[in-house]
Amino acid sequence: MKHILSALVLNRPGVLAHVAGMFAARAFNIDSLTVGRTDDPELSRMTIVVIGDDRVVEQVRKQLAKIVSIVKVQDFAGQDVVARDLMLVSVSAPPEKRPEILALIEMFNAKVVDIGPKFVMVEVCGPETKIEAFIDAARSYGIRNVVRTGTVAMARYSRSQSE
Amino acid sequence: MNLSISGPPAAPPPPMTGNLVIVKTLLALGVDTVFGYIGASVMPLFDAITTVYKRQSKCSGNSDGYNSSQINNSGSSEFNSPVSGLPSEPVYGIVEFRNELTTTENSIIEDIRRQRMTETNAPSPAKPIRKPGSQIIVDTLVEQGVEVMFGYLGGVVLPLFDKLYDAPIRFIIPRHEQGGCHMADAYARATGKVGVVVATSGPGATNLTTGLATAMMDSIPLVAITGQVRTDLIGNDAFQEADTTGITRPITKHNSIVKDPNRLAQTIREAFYIASTGRPGPVLVDIPVDMQVAEIEVKPAEPVNLPGYKVRSRVHNRQISLAAEAINASQKPILYVGGGIIIANAAAELSELAHKANIPVTMTLLGLGSIDQGSELSLDMLGMHGSAYANFAVQECDLLIAVGARFDDRVTGKLKTFASKAKIIHIDIDPASIAKNLPADIPVVGDAKETLVELLREVQHRDRPEWFAQIAEWKKKYPFRYDKRAHAIKPQFVIEEILRQTNGEATIVTGVGQHQMWTAQFYRFKRPRQFITSGGLGTMGFGLPAAIGAQVALPGQTVIDIDGDSSFNMTMNELCTAVQYELPVKVCIINNGYMGMVRQWQQLFYGKRYSCSSLKNPDFATVARAFGAVGMTVTEKKGVADAVAAMLAETHPCVVDFHVDREENVWPMVPAGKSLHEMNGLDIFESMA
Repeated sequence: MKHILSALVLNRPGVLAHVAGMFAARAFNIDSLTVGRTDDPELSRMTIVVIGDDRVVEQVRKQLAKIVSIVKVQDFAGQDVVARDLMLVSVSAPPEKRPEILALIEMFNAKVVDIGPKFVMVEVCGPETKIEAFIDAARSYGIRNVVRTGTVAMARYSRSQSE
Repeated sequence: MNLSISGPPAAPPPPMTGNLVIVKTLLALGVDTVFGYIGASVMPLFDAITTVYKRQSKCSGNSDGYNSSQINNSGSSEFNSPVSGLPSEPVYGIVEFRNELTTTENSIIEDIRRQRMTETNAPSPAKPIRKPGSQIIVDTLVEQGVEVMFGYLGGVVLPLFDKLYDAPIRFIIPRHEQGGCHMADAYARATGKVGVVVATSGPGATNLTTGLATAMMDSIPLVAITGQVRTDLIGNDAFQEADTTGITRPITKHNSIVKDPNRLAQTIREAFYIASTGRPGPVLVDIPVDMQVAEIEVKPAEPVNLPGYKVRSRVHNRQISLAAEAINASQKPILYVGGGIIIANAAAELSELAHKANIPVTMTLLGLGSIDQGSELSLDMLGMHGSAYANFAVQECDLLIAVGARFDDRVTGKLKTFASKAKIIHIDIDPASIAKNLPADIPVVGDAKETLVELLREVQHRDRPEWFAQIAEWKKKYPFRYDKRAHAIKPQFVIEEILRQTNGEATIVTGVGQHQMWTAQFYRFKRPRQFITSGGLGTMGFGLPAAIGAQVALPGQTVIDIDGDSSFNMTMNELCTAVQYELPVKVCIINNGYMGMVRQWQQLFYGKRYSCSSLKNPDFATVARAFGAVGMTVTEKKGVADAVAAMLAETHPCVVDFHVDREENVWPMVPAGKSLHEMNGLDIFESMA
């Protein structure tokens, strides 16, 4: 099962290496990992997507919590969360196919961010399922390149924010 | 042109095992000589090396390999021919002895320490005091209560060593940084204080790694200070530069590099705090040389504030009640205790709980000494080479109370069948240890001592006559045995003789292998911190440097390193250190001319193909004398008692080389991956009864 772990970490050199190294050393698999600064310059946020059964993921969470530079770790399993992925995708778009492709982009609420003689660059944002669906739909036109950020997530206020 | 293919398609190549694939690939790549050292996880590879390279006649050292018949005939003839032409009487390299500081020296040191502390803690706010970083480091170490340090010099720690020259800190220089790290580790194990080791950048730091990993696996509080090249050179492949924090990250509890001299003191304080609290472990602080020479203002010590590091302060009441209820309801409980009891100084509480609630206690290798092995409640060690009665009791119990133990594979054997009839209470200060290998029915996160104190309030005495009768029967039927009538010196006989003559009071240190297991089985430990051994990492070569570290911590007490010949070979250079600092450590080499445990596995699981496990040893007694220590050799059983007596009377570092039965095995043995009750060797015990 897919788990989204959200970790607040000290914004220091070596923290990312520590997390990545721990995953490798303990033979855990990372599906995606994103890091970015928070509003506090001392802290960064890591969102880590891990695939594994509950016991494995619980062990991952505990091992992350043990790292001194990690302030807090949360497993979003069982919680209502907003999860988003951002993708830039370059799709083959010869002039005769462009109306079709633009319609597809419209349908996905995506955006054209650059256009060339043969390709369009599209920005797609949303839950992972939507990103995957766009890739499937665009595949028949020809995809040149895909760049994805990996998942970022936040718990919804309504049900799960206990603190 | 016409190309025709006739005949049946080529048959697929026969399947090959991974070890053969590796060796054949090496051969195909033109590798004709391989250097290395054998161990459990590379045994299949060594087996293949012997097969393939023997055919190629390229196996060096042990070129013929051994088959079973050769081994059986080899006897110990090469053992009984000592190197001739060398002096046989002990040579004394040292005349004067000084183990302890005099009272005057101590009071001077105290004065300086007090002065330093007041300077650091309360500088006059009016005029700021400025000091070089190296002095700040030393002052902070003194402030943290450091009395002894171990370590080795080098270019980028020269400023630090210059200030250590005048510091009220005793400094022990090993002959290799690994030795220094093991010394600091054993100093910590013997005292409970934080051990401190210093090394230079690059090779100095990389030489620490085995010692750090050893301390990490056994949760030993250690602070390692390494020098680093100037900050402006970092990343430039400067002379003696290595990415020390990168290399040591997975083998330390925490590490950091100081890039702002104003952070020096606080970083060192944090290191001591992290190393010694919670589940202890080694912490490394990497200090570039420019940080050591920078002049900085002395500031008062701030309290340690680490947002990502919280030590659990209170035990969960409900979990305690649940555990106590389970204990009171249990018919067949057993306490399974590990190094956590010793680290938490909880031996007295453990003993009280075991006696109050009437529960038998079995210990892991690192837990030995948690309860007096003379006590009726002691079931001694469990696991791969544990007692049959402990292993049977674990398999039959209805409640397993694990305290400060981590369900290591050498303890549990096949996990699925480990204590499968039991409810499991797991008490540990490290939440990640709980349910890592085996789910716990009642997890209790907390300090062993505090938890046991809480439990003591709620547990009640139960008689459990059937359970104790059953245990008594196992104890009677399967005590640890060996052939006492044998003509050769049995390793167990040597250990029993040491036990007898030291009255079970000595601090015992070991290397890793058969001798370590026999020591765990046959020396009866009475108190915590009495047994110092590398458990988790299984570091051969730990023995001698660890004995030196323990002897530094315990002046005037008997410290004995019961070592293997192969283990001793790895770090025997540290005899220099023992001689230089007049540390009267005693080394008993259980010498079988093999990597004994490896040979045992090869005998049992590799058809007696003794691939690369036989070593040509030096004459250890002569080696000891060359170092300025006392050396003795014992080749006959009747000489053992006198040699042990002479060794114990010796006031100099002393090495006794016992030529023991070469092919003695450690029994019982749970083969890797088997269930704990599937022990080999019980029939051998019965035949000796």
